[in-house]
Amino acid sequence: MPIPVRLRVNNAPREHTIEPRVLLVHYLRDHCNLTGTHVGCETGICGACTVLVDGKSVKSCTVFAVQADGSSVTTIEGLATNGHLHPVQQGFWDRHGLQCGYCTLGMIMASVHLLATGAAGSREAIAEGLRGNLCRCTGYSHIIDAVQQAGNAEVARG
Amino acid sequence: MRRWPVADQTSYIGRAMKRVEDPRLIKGIGTYVDDLRLPGLLHACILRSPYAHARIQRIDTTAAKAIPGVAGVFTGAEVNDACGLVPCAAAIPDLKAPKHTVLASDRVYFVGHGVAVAVASDPYIARDAIEAIDVDYDPLPVVVNPEEAVKEGTPLTHPDLGTNVAFTHSVAGGSNIDDAFKRADRVIEHRLYHQRLTPMPIEPRGAVASYHAGEGTLTLWTSTQIPHLLRTLLPGMIGVAENKLRIVAPEVGGGFGAKLNVYAEEALVSHLAMRLNAPVKWIESRRENAASTIHGRDQIGEYEVAVKNDGTILGIKSRTIADLGAYNQLLTPMVPTLTGLVLTGCYRIPAVKIDIVGVYTNKMSTDAYRGAGRPEATYLIERLMDVIARETGVDRLELRLKHFPAPTEFPFATSCGLTYDSGNYQAALTKAKQLAGWDQLLKERAAARAAGRLFGVGVSTYVEICAMGPSAAMPAGGWEWGCVRMEISGKVTVITGVSPHGQGQETTFAQIAADRLGVPIEDIVVLHGDTNVAHFGRDTYGSRGTAVGGTAIVMCIDKIVAKAKALAAHLLETTADHVEFANGTFSSPGVTNREIPWAELAGAAYVAKSLPAGLEPGLEASSFFEPSNFTFPFGTHICAVDVDRDTGHVAIKKYIAVDDCGPQINPLLVEGQVQGGIAHSIGQVLFEQTVYDENGQLLTGEFMDYAIPRASDIPEYVLGHTVTPSPVNPLGVKGVGEAGTIGATPAIANAVLDALEPLGVTHLDLPMTPERVWQVIKTRTAATV
Repeated sequence: MPIPVRLRVNNAPREHTIEPRVLLVHYLRDHCNLTGTHVGCETGICGACTVLVDGKSVKSCTVFAVQADGSSVTTIEGLATNGHLHPVQQGFWDRHGLQCGYCTLGMIMASVHLLATGAAGSREAIAEGLRGNLCRCTGYSHIIDAVQQAGNAEVARG
Repeated sequence: MRRWPVADQTSYIGRAMKRVEDPRLIKGIGTYVDDLRLPGLLHACILRSPYAHARIQRIDTTAAKAIPGVAGVFTGAEVNDACGLVPCAAAIPDLKAPKHTVLASDRVYFVGHGVAVAVASDPYIARDAIEAIDVDYDPLPVVVNPEEAVKEGTPLTHPDLGTNVAFTHSVAGGSNIDDAFKRADRVIEHRLYHQRLTPMPIEPRGAVASYHAGEGTLTLWTSTQIPHLLRTLLPGMIGVAENKLRIVAPEVGGGFGAKLNVYAEEALVSHLAMRLNAPVKWIESRRENAASTIHGRDQIGEYEVAVKNDGTILGIKSRTIADLGAYNQLLTPMVPTLTGLVLTGCYRIPAVKIDIVGVYTNKMSTDAYRGAGRPEATYLIERLMDVIARETGVDRLELRLKHFPAPTEFPFATSCGLTYDSGNYQAALTKAKQLAGWDQLLKERAAARAAGRLFGVGVSTYVEICAMGPSAAMPAGGWEWGCVRMEISGKVTVITGVSPHGQGQETTFAQIAADRLGVPIEDIVVLHGDTNVAHFGRDTYGSRGTAVGGTAIVMCIDKIVAKAKALAAHLLETTADHVEFANGTFSSPGVTNREIPWAELAGAAYVAKSLPAGLEPGLEASSFFEPSNFTFPFGTHICAVDVDRDTGHVAIKKYIAVDDCGPQINPLLVEGQVQGGIAHSIGQVLFEQTVYDENGQLLTGEFMDYAIPRASDIPEYVLGHTVTPSPVNPLGVKGVGEAGTIGATPAIANAVLDALEPLGVTHLDLPMTPERVWQVIKTRTAATV
């Protein structure tokens, strides 16, 4: 039985009537048409579907959309501001932090949250903080470079 | 005369540039298959066998069909005739092959074998529908152990074939193998198992098919590495002519060989789109990806090496049993034969004898996973080098150096029948040794051992086969096609037949074209992955993209420049031999001060008001590049590990890779390829293994059970390179996509065994998981106390 869900996605109000079994990731992709959030495993392991829910990094395949009712969700599409890349996006570009790009969106969202929590102070801390996001292409080293660059940029920006 | 690319401040080639494909990918606005939205799109979901081997007694789809929103439910009996057989392109003489229909007919042969397909208006409803299908299975005896499978009287994977042996393949090369063993001071025997692996790209497979009934044309968007091979092979399956078939590989989320295949689902969704007259999408779940997308490796090898007491290797005999799984996918039986091709690694080994037995088991097919055959060969020869060094008392680096051909001996003919194009293996070893601080590492090892710690240092020197390849050696042509168009505006469109999916050729090919044409890189667009745009191609696998595809682009540019010179001569009122071309400008010093930039010349070529007699309008050229040989990149990897005595955990303390892929078009991207490749090896050595139990049940069907490396498993790398150009192509490039995976596995494994040497451990099967390492430490410690 479809039920209503109201939430903010990338700062815009959204209102849909959906089946309660619809996962947040499918809601974002199929009802909001925001296909930047990817599905890699549907078991909460790979992290390709990572988004921010009320500022916290969440694997959107582990949450029903209706559970996010009333929340504010940020997806990769909402990260750049006024056409300027977020420092984490810029870091991934500058440091070749992606190859096929499929895990990248989730990896970027997880990194944004990691930097926001101040838990990205060293390469080891970044690696530990990104344990929940799998990448099969890069071997992670450039991803860590990217997050470090973004961290330094944020420090420089104050 | 060859012109090797030389990096300087003005050239794009050799520059560590960030990628032009990245902005769309980091903004989340790239289009992968699952991102496609077509009007009236239906969603397919496949019911898969829970049994490894069973007779299908009955399938009842009535309840599934009755679910609102279900457009159709089909069994093998209803679709197999219309979908043809899944093709195998490997030319193996006397191959016994089962008929590989797109869905099971009366039996299932592996867990994950497709049994029925449901199509619905919504993917959730399609999943509901397959759960409502009722199948009665009658389980049959299961074949899981390939060594048991070759014995008489064991159950058969495919009873109708009468045997589990798909093929036997024997090759003898070099001098007489029996003489070699007669002259040996000793024969060293070793057995190695190259475990089954699951490629696990983060994007599972998926396909969308759309049929235009009026035109009779079918478009298939699919997450593939090989859109062109699909366009060649799919017509034979679904009955749509090649020239009415368009294959598009949009953004592809990782391949590693898993998407170098023609899969049943690609034919099935194509057929369903025609049958239902609506576009149909199928997106693989992770569980399906683990069960029904190809696996890699799974070779058991037994080796005998004839050696002199000074370590000199006289010959190698190898017997390999390759577990093919239940069916031949595109290249399944060919992969183990590749292992035989590079068995001698980068060493002078005068005699070889190779026997391979391909065996069917009730498992998913094995096929080409990153490295395909070469990681197996490199792992075994590099393990053997360490075993020989230990048994003869010769230093392991000296033993390797002793068997390297000299740089002046290239092209170097091997006993396996290949001709290595160019090489300087000594230089790569020397550089890696320096970067690693080899002597210091050995001192650290001595200190660690004195303190009772298990610290080990491993080395591997490798050579691989890339730039696949000469058509004579490839199943379906090894050339590559390209097209370059100088547009009327002076912008440049480069079209390639290779199909990058993360390798970054939109950038590297633009770098090549920008340099060769003398135009700003921003003016170049590289197109690929759509057979309506890239008319020909042999796609991306075997580290061939830049070496073969890039060369086709160079050939196109040479043609365009030659034609442009003829036109420029006409406009400058001189002859072509007096025209100079530099920095994107045509001039004729001494004749006229006039200079003609590309935009003006292109305008003249297309407006065509004043062309020299006999010159066609336009500035476009296409080319097929047929490589005369493979290329043979090489390198040395060194790894140092600490093994925790209490937990068996292996920590990589230092990792040094020196790779020689010839001149690097973009060092940043080379670094990415090497690092990514090494990560696959870290996975293989330390965690990864595809496991089927004795009933043929897949125990590693999710990321929860199949452990690929995480960020915290990766060491900091020290990367270096040497540059030995290949004479096979005008760029001198060799390929680098698989190097990391080929070089790293033995380096890490050798390091772990070096760490365990004080305990008397001489062998440990992969993966060297904490549990397995802990077990051997416990056993050995008990034995030596």
